[in-house]
Amino acid sequence: MSTTPNPAADGLQWIEVGALEAIPVLGARIVEHPDGDIAVFRNRADEVFALRDRCPHRGGPLSQGIVCERKVYCPLHNMAIALDTGQAIAPDEGETACFPTRVENGRVFIALHEASA
Amino acid sequence: MSKRKLVVIGNGMAGVRAVEELLNLAPDLYDITIFGAELHVNYNRILLSPVLCGEKSPADIILNDENWYAEHGITLHVGKRVTEVDRHQRIVRADDGTEAAYDRLLLATGSDPFIIPVPGRDLPGVTTFRDFKDVDTMLAAAKSGKRHAVVIGGGLLGLEAANGLLKQGMEVTVVHLVQSLMERQLDAPASLLLQRSLEQRGLAFRMAAQTEAILGETHVTGVRFKDGTEIPADLVVMAVGIRPNVTLARQMGLHCERGVVVSDTLQTYDPAIYAVGECAQHRGIAYGLVAPLYEQAKVCANHLAGLGYARYTGSVTATKLKVTGIDLFSAGDFSGGEGTHDIVFQDPGRGVYKRLVLDEHNCIKGCVLYGDTGDGAWYFQLLRERTDVSDIRDMLLFGQAHLGDSGRGGGSNAASLPDTAEICGCNGVCKGTIVNAIVDKKLFTLEEVRAHTKASSSCGSCTGLVEQILASTLGGDYSAAPSKKAMCRCTDHSHDEVRKAIREHHLTTAEAVRAFMNWRNPDGCSSCRPAINYYLIATWPAEVSDDPQSRFINERVHANIQKDGTYSVIPRIWGGVTTAGELRAIADVAEKYKVPTIKITGGQRIDLLGVKKEDLPGIWADLNQAGFVSGHAYGKALRTVKTCVGKEWCRFGTQDSTSLGIDLEKMTWGTWTPHKVKLAVSGCPRNCAEATIKDFGVVCVDSGYELHVGGNGGVKVRATDLLCNVKTEAEVAEYCAAFLQLYREEAHYLERTAPWIERVGLAHVKQHVVEDAEERRKLAERFYESQRYAQVDPWAQMVEQERETHQFAPLRRLA
Repeated sequence: MSTTPNPAADGLQWIEVGALEAIPVLGARIVEHPDGDIAVFRNRADEVFALRDRCPHRGGPLSQGIVCERKVYCPLHNMAIALDTGQAIAPDEGETACFPTRVENGRVFIALHEASA
Repeated sequence: MSKRKLVVIGNGMAGVRAVEELLNLAPDLYDITIFGAELHVNYNRILLSPVLCGEKSPADIILNDENWYAEHGITLHVGKRVTEVDRHQRIVRADDGTEAAYDRLLLATGSDPFIIPVPGRDLPGVTTFRDFKDVDTMLAAAKSGKRHAVVIGGGLLGLEAANGLLKQGMEVTVVHLVQSLMERQLDAPASLLLQRSLEQRGLAFRMAAQTEAILGETHVTGVRFKDGTEIPADLVVMAVGIRPNVTLARQMGLHCERGVVVSDTLQTYDPAIYAVGECAQHRGIAYGLVAPLYEQAKVCANHLAGLGYARYTGSVTATKLKVTGIDLFSAGDFSGGEGTHDIVFQDPGRGVYKRLVLDEHNCIKGCVLYGDTGDGAWYFQLLRERTDVSDIRDMLLFGQAHLGDSGRGGGSNAASLPDTAEICGCNGVCKGTIVNAIVDKKLFTLEEVRAHTKASSSCGSCTGLVEQILASTLGGDYSAAPSKKAMCRCTDHSHDEVRKAIREHHLTTAEAVRAFMNWRNPDGCSSCRPAINYYLIATWPAEVSDDPQSRFINERVHANIQKDGTYSVIPRIWGGVTTAGELRAIADVAEKYKVPTIKITGGQRIDLLGVKKEDLPGIWADLNQAGFVSGHAYGKALRTVKTCVGKEWCRFGTQDSTSLGIDLEKMTWGTWTPHKVKLAVSGCPRNCAEATIKDFGVVCVDSGYELHVGGNGGVKVRATDLLCNVKTEAEVAEYCAAFLQLYREEAHYLERTAPWIERVGLAHVKQHVVEDAEERRKLAERFYESQRYAQVDPWAQMVEQERETHQFAPLRRLA
C-alpha cells in the first residue's frame, strides 16, 4: 500500500488505510501514526469517521469506546464525542482532532491535513 | 404535509411541562399555541413562598423565558383568557377575540383558590395566595407599614404564606378550622411540634376557630369568629384550599366531577382533548402537588407524540414544608387502623418525631417525619416500591445509614455541609459547585446534575448526597426519584419493563427490543446497550448471540483497560490455590511480554499490568497452553471465590473450605451477572476469607454451612444477611446457584447484590431460595442450563478469532 494523491484534486492528501470490512460495525480500528494513533470508526450506516485516538478529557483511547450513531463514548470516563466533528457532546467541553474520510470500492481513505493540529 | 395543531389552555407548570416533554419526543409534529390568563411566562408556582419571604426574586423562579417560546416556534398568548371552545369546529376563542384552531387540545387550567363565603370577602386587603399578583398584594401591605396579617388556613400553603409575612415584618395570626395544623399531612404529635416551633418564631394561632365575617367598610379592618371574638387585621390571606378550575371544561360539555375526568392516557371524554395538572381528575383524585403533574405531563406527551405506550396509573405523593429551618416530610397514608403497625421515635427535647405505619404485608404505608427528614426519600422509595421491611424493621427508624453501612453513602445531612465539602470523591466535585450548577443552569434532576458537574457519575456512592443537595436547593420542587426510573435517556421505560418485554414478547435481539419499546436513539447509548445485551443473554441463553459492540471495552477484549490505554490480564486461579508449575508459567509469560507490573490481587490471584492490546492474544495463547483460563476480572461476571485453607491444614478448620470454594468456582465461572459477583468460603467462624462482605459467602461451622448473601466491601460496606444454614456441600451448591439465578433474573444491570437485596427485601430472597424447595430447584436448574452456554473460555475463543480478523492489531502503521 502506498500514499496516493487524490485524482479528484480536492487538495487533500488521501491515504488508504485498509478495507471497510476490517472495521467492525459500531466499532473502530486504529491506524498508528508517529504523531499519535488515529481511531477509524464505522457506524451502522457504514459511515466512516477518523479521530485522534485521544479523549480530550483524560486522554482515553476513543477507539475502544461504544459507538452509537455518530457518537463514541470514551471507555475511561464515558465522555461522549461527536464522530463527525471531534467535539465533546454538550454540556461537556473539549475537542479532539477530526480527519476527513472516504470509502471507495470498499477501501477506506483518510486525509491527514490536520495531523499537525 | 402541514403540521398538526396543538393548542394548550394554561401557561402554567403542567401545560408547559407537557409541551417540553412533547418537544423531546416529537419536536416537529405540531404547531403549538399556548394561552395563559396570567400576564407572565411560565414560572414555578411552588417557589412563590420563597419570593414572599424575600429569599428569591421573581426572576429566579421563571422556568421558561420568552426566548424559550420563540426558540421552539410556540405562539404564546399571555393575559388572554380562553372563554369558548367550539368542539365541532375545533376552534378556541379568547376574551379578546383571539382564535386558534386545533387538532389536539390540552387543558391545563390549574385550580382556583377556594374563597370562603363570608361577608367582607371582597374587601380590599383580602387576598388569596396563588400567583404573582397575590404576592405583590401581600408585599405591598407589608411595605406600607400595615401591621396585622391574618392567614385563614393552617395547611401547607397557609403556613408558608404566614411565614413569609412574618419575615416581611408583619404580626401574623394563623386561623385554622380544626385543632391541628396540616392535618392532612401530619398526625397530631408532629402537628403539635410544628405549631410550637412556629410559635417560637413569632406566629400566633387561633385553632379550632371558624371565621364568621371579615370586617371593614372600605378596607379590611378585622376578622370575627363564630364565638363572637374579633381580632384586628390589615391584610387577610385566604389559604383554605384549591378547587380544580373546570369552568371552561364544563361549558364545553366535557364530563367533570371535581376536576375534568381523564383516563390513564390523560384523555378527557373527548379523545381529541387532553387534560393534565390540577384541573384533571384521575381515578377519583385531583392532585395539587408538582410530582404527579410532571408524571402526567410525561404520559400525555407520549400520547400526543403518537407513541401511545405510556400509561398513568396514579401517584403516591409526598409533602415537604418550605419553611426555612423546619424539616418536615410526610408521605402515604398514616391514618393507621386495623392491621397496621406504628413504629414511632420521639425526642421532644431535640424536636424530632418519626412515625412509620406498616401494613399487614410489612410494607411501609405511611410516613411522618419531623425535625430529621434525611431519610424521607429512602422511606418514600420503600413505600412506593412496596418493599417488605420485616428484616430491617428493628433498624428502620434509625435510617438507611444504620443498615450496616459505614461508607460515604450514609452521609445523611447534605444541607448542613459547607460549600467546600467534597461530595463526589471520584471526580472531586464539592457542594458549592453542585449548588451553583443547579441554580445557574436550572437543573432539576439527578441526570442533569451528573451531566453538568460529573458528580455521582462514576461510582455512584454519593448519589444520595447529590439527591439531598438537589432537594435542599430546589426546595419542594424536587420530587426525590420519579416513581419509575427510566433506564436511560433513550427511553421512558424502566429496567423492569424492558426485562418483562424481553421475556413476554420473546425478544432476542437488541434491535428488536429498541424497536419494540420505541427507543429514541436507534443505536441506544453507552448505558442501555450493555444492559440490554445482558438482559437478552440472561433471559434467552440458548438463543441469543452476544453482541460484542454492545459491551464495555473490558468485556469486549476480556481484559481490564487501564488509565494509559494498556490492559491488565488476570488468569483464573481456582479457589486461590496454585502450583509451582503454574507460577513458573505466569513468570515466563510476564518476561516474554515484558509485563511492567505484577501484582497479587485482593481476590487471591495474580495481575499482569501494562499489557499492550496487540499482545493480548499472544499472552492468552501462552496462558491457555499452561492450563489457565480467563479470570473474568474485567467483567460483570463471577470474579473470584476466595477461600481459607480450611480443615486440611488449619487447626481451627471445621470443613474443607478450599475444595468447596474450588467446586463453587468450577460451577459458577463464566456466568454473566448484572454486576460483578464475588464468593468466599471460610473454614470456621473466624472467617479469614471475609465471606461476610461477599455477594455469596459460606462460613463453615461444625454442624454444616452458614450461607450469607448481599455483602459488599467496596463503595458502600455492607455485611451480609444470613440466608440460612445447610448441612451438605451439595446443598451449598444448589442454594448458591439458585441465589445467583434469582439475582441474574431480577436485578437491574449494574446493581450489586447488596442494593438489590435492599430494594426487594431479604424476605423476598428467602421466599424464593429457602422456603420454596421447588422454586429453588427450578432456579438452580435455570442457572445450570445457562452455564452450558456460558462456560466457554473467552481467551481461547478470542485467540481463535484473532487468527482470522487481526482486530487487536492496528489497521495500518503509518511511518
